[in-house]
Amino acid sequence: MYMALATRTDRRPSIARTVWDSSVGKKTVMAVSGVIMLLYLVAHMIGNLKIYFGAGEFNAYGHWLRTVGEPFMHYEWTLWLIRVVLVVAVVAHAVSAYQLSRRDIRARPSKYVHKKPRASYATRTMRWGGIILGLFIVWHVLDLTTGTVHPGGFQEGHPYQNVVDTFSTWYGNVIYIVAMLALGLHIRHGFWSAAQTLGVGSRTRDRALKTVAGVLALLLTAGFIAVPVGVMTGVVS
Amino acid sequence: MKLTLRVWRQQNADADGAMSTYEVDGISSDMSFLEMLDTLNEELILRGEDPVAFDHDCREGICGACSLVINGDAHGPERTTTCQLHMRSFKDGDTIDVEPWRASAFPVIKDLVVDRTAFDRIIQAGGYITAPTGAAPEAHATPVPKPDADLAFEHAECIGCGACVAACPNGAAMLFTSAKVNHLNVLPQGAPERETRVLDMVAQMDEEGFGGCTLAGECATACPKGIPLVSITSMNKEWLRATRKVAKQR
Ligand code: HEM
Ligand code: SF4
Ligand code: FES
Repeated sequence: MYMALATRTDRRPSIARTVWDSSVGKKTVMAVSGVIMLLYLVAHMIGNLKIYFGAGEFNAYGHWLRTVGEPFMHYEWTLWLIRVVLVVAVVAHAVSAYQLSRRDIRARPSKYVHKKPRASYATRTMRWGGIILGLFIVWHVLDLTTGTVHPGGFQEGHPYQNVVDTFSTWYGNVIYIVAMLALGLHIRHGFWSAAQTLGVGSRTRDRALKTVAGVLALLLTAGFIAVPVGVMTGVVS
Repeated sequence: MKLTLRVWRQQNADADGAMSTYEVDGISSDMSFLEMLDTLNEELILRGEDPVAFDHDCREGICGACSLVINGDAHGPERTTTCQLHMRSFKDGDTIDVEPWRASAFPVIKDLVVDRTAFDRIIQAGGYITAPTGAAPEAHATPVPKPDADLAFEHAECIGCGACVAACPNGAAMLFTSAKVNHLNVLPQGAPERETRVLDMVAQMDEEGFGGCTLAGECATACPKGIPLVSITSMNKEWLRATRKVAKQR
């Protein structure tokens, strides 16, 4: 009778079902998609800094992004592959965030009369920061990838001039800098959180993880903001 | 000490509740918080009013029956259970807000008493070992390395009070569930059900309508037994391991 429990043979649902239906599993989807986006952002930030070396180098870098992997890959294949991975990551991240947040809010319907604001500080910044980042991503793609909402004439193949145009408007700078500050806060809690979600955090590693999260957040925010600052100060023009 | 209490009063699960204000006098700083409530209730009974319902049992900090969110903190301002909280933590003339645990998985039964049977069902889903037990076995029969024994003991300290859920901004039961999972999963006695335990207990936790973890850390701050936040990390690790393992067996 006892062993019957331990050796139960009832079928368990597929691994994908188990992961998506579980709060712990969905959080894993958030952590993995978050880390994918994070890795991309590190590369993106480094690439952006080439703007300081002039239009020639920056535009050539933009062209190279389309020819990576040739002759094995056709023109723009690698870039499209990265785009697909990123879209999947953004959608998976946002859908999990939405579903988990709804579950969390439903689990705590009535508030305490005696309020303690600190309790939900990190959670609230992650949610607001996430919404800001989501809106930013849409604007950013429409501005500098498709050119749909770009100020002035968008020129395909001339990213240097496009970037200068965007950061020559006050709203371009405001949207971008606010989003990058939100990104910094998001990564500071997110990187450490992802380590806990994926089970790689521990008592001995906690300080190191928090330090790396802080340093990553600071480097990415500063590195990204350096571009509009360059345009605003006239160093990049 | 003379105190003003604002206490959540709610006739039953379906009734609307509200905070009611009471004055209590003659409170000694050596009284426990529950003894202070007893004093209030004696007065209420003498006045012919309905006494305040609250949970308690051992009053020694070991059973997990007592609860109460006091001035916004689960179990009040000290890291201990409400029954072990003393009135010396308050000052004469203080106003103290007393509320029940708040979580949709812990519905209010009456006043400050909530239904915590959701925790029992999480335990029933896997918080046990299947080996036949009987008289205590010889202590050396199953060797357990000292660090593992310490870890198991640290987690076994959880008394199932639910303060972690009450303190969590998401009403999550991750700290409780992780304490129960880790307690048995690090021991050889718990090894046969290592995978099913974590998968079933987490599934039951979700089923009960608890929220998810956003690593706010409020649970570990509120826990009277000092279950650390990293227990949740260990449970996540166990859950991922079990998910991979079960997938491989199919
Ligand atoms: C579509 C826009 C985004 C939304 C709506 C969003 C939302 C969220 C939310 C609500 C959380 C959970 C916070 C918590 O559990 O406390 C989170 C976690 C996280 N986010 Fe985002 N985010 C977005 C974009 C990003 C980006 C661009 C990155 C890239 C660095 C990122 C990286 C992370 C990481 C690493 C986590 C931690 C996952 C975990 O807790 O295990 N997110 N995000
Ligand atoms: S983990 Fe701590 S707060 Fe949560 S039920 Fe156990 S003893 Fe209570
Ligand atoms: S009454 Fe038993 S722990 Fe408080």
